[in-house]
Amino acid sequence: MARKRVSVTIDPRLCKKCGICVEFCPKDVLGPGRDGVPAVLSPESCTACRLCELRCPDFAILVEEAEDGERT
Amino acid sequence: MSRAYTRFLLGKALPHFWCPGCGNGIVLAAIARALAAAGLSPTEVVVVTGIGCWGKADDYLNVNAFHGTHGRALPIATGIKVNRPELTVLALMGDGDCATIGGNHLLHAARRNVGVKAIVVNNFNYGMTGGQYSSTTPGGKATSTSPFGNPEEGLDIARVAEAAGANYVARSTVYHAAQVEAYIREAISAPGFGLVEVASTCPTYFGRLNGMRTATDMMKWLRDVAASLNAARDLSEEERRRRIVIGKFCDRRAPDFNQRYEAIRRVARESGFNPGVVNIGR
Repeated sequence: MARKRVSVTIDPRLCKKCGICVEFCPKDVLGPGRDGVPAVLSPESCTACRLCELRCPDFAILVEEAEDGERT
Repeated sequence: MSRAYTRFLLGKALPHFWCPGCGNGIVLAAIARALAAAGLSPTEVVVVTGIGCWGKADDYLNVNAFHGTHGRALPIATGIKVNRPELTVLALMGDGDCATIGGNHLLHAARRNVGVKAIVVNNFNYGMTGGQYSSTTPGGKATSTSPFGNPEEGLDIARVAEAAGANYVARSTVYHAAQVEAYIREAISAPGFGLVEVASTCPTYFGRLNGMRTATDMMKWLRDVAASLNAARDLSEEERRRRIVIGKFCDRRAPDFNQRYEAIRRVARESGFNPGVVNIGR
């Protein structure tokens, strides 16, 4: 089975910088970024659990999986 | 933002007006996902709201909407559901709307077992008007009108709905976002009155006044204060009162109001009784 690649995108126009996604990411994929908008620090650790997307109150996070090599 | 559920959202209205870290957006997303999972189209859904921060939710949903008066979402939703039983009718209420101003409507919507689904966001205070205590503010907690602690105990919305006769009652928190979606999905598919209570964050008032300065502090509080129904059984009565018990409280299949009303109408019709002809004697 091909290893899934995961991309996490954060929409800075929707993010209100509440910090929930950074605090509760079980793999520390997300960290504080510039201007308070979270940054995707280690996308390779992401297991696509989608907790950040589910808990984002502002529809600002999208977690997508793709086959290795065709990153979304 | 591109997922199947986004057809239930008015993307152009975003960002919404709620404070950073407010749990309303988490519940809004859970509702949109649950509606998409139920295979419904936006035209088959009606949301009815009252007043309050959560009462603004209809502004962001791409479905039929009725924005009612404070505390009266359930009577409006009842009228819609009784006349158009094929529609999925959601009443979106906060703790002020559902349990404080409109508490009596909750009792009777549940007792009547009308097929409306109440999605109640409980942030334990009146957030929109400045953080005053509501009927669900836990005993001892500070609000802008109880700065030294609330002398009253908070009302347990889920238990009240269960006791009043609702078919489906569940409670979760915005920390447990996946569970919230699952409960809303179940409530939508169950017949009769359904209520999903979601304990939520209000970092601006309730959190700040109770030693939780940030949204993440409030989320940690919800994580730690929550106790599953199973875990709660082993707790003392006093300890249980300090916790938020989460889980599915009931999932009954009793016939709903529409079914029972139609059955009565059939009986009346077959009896030959004609209310248009009243014999007042000679």
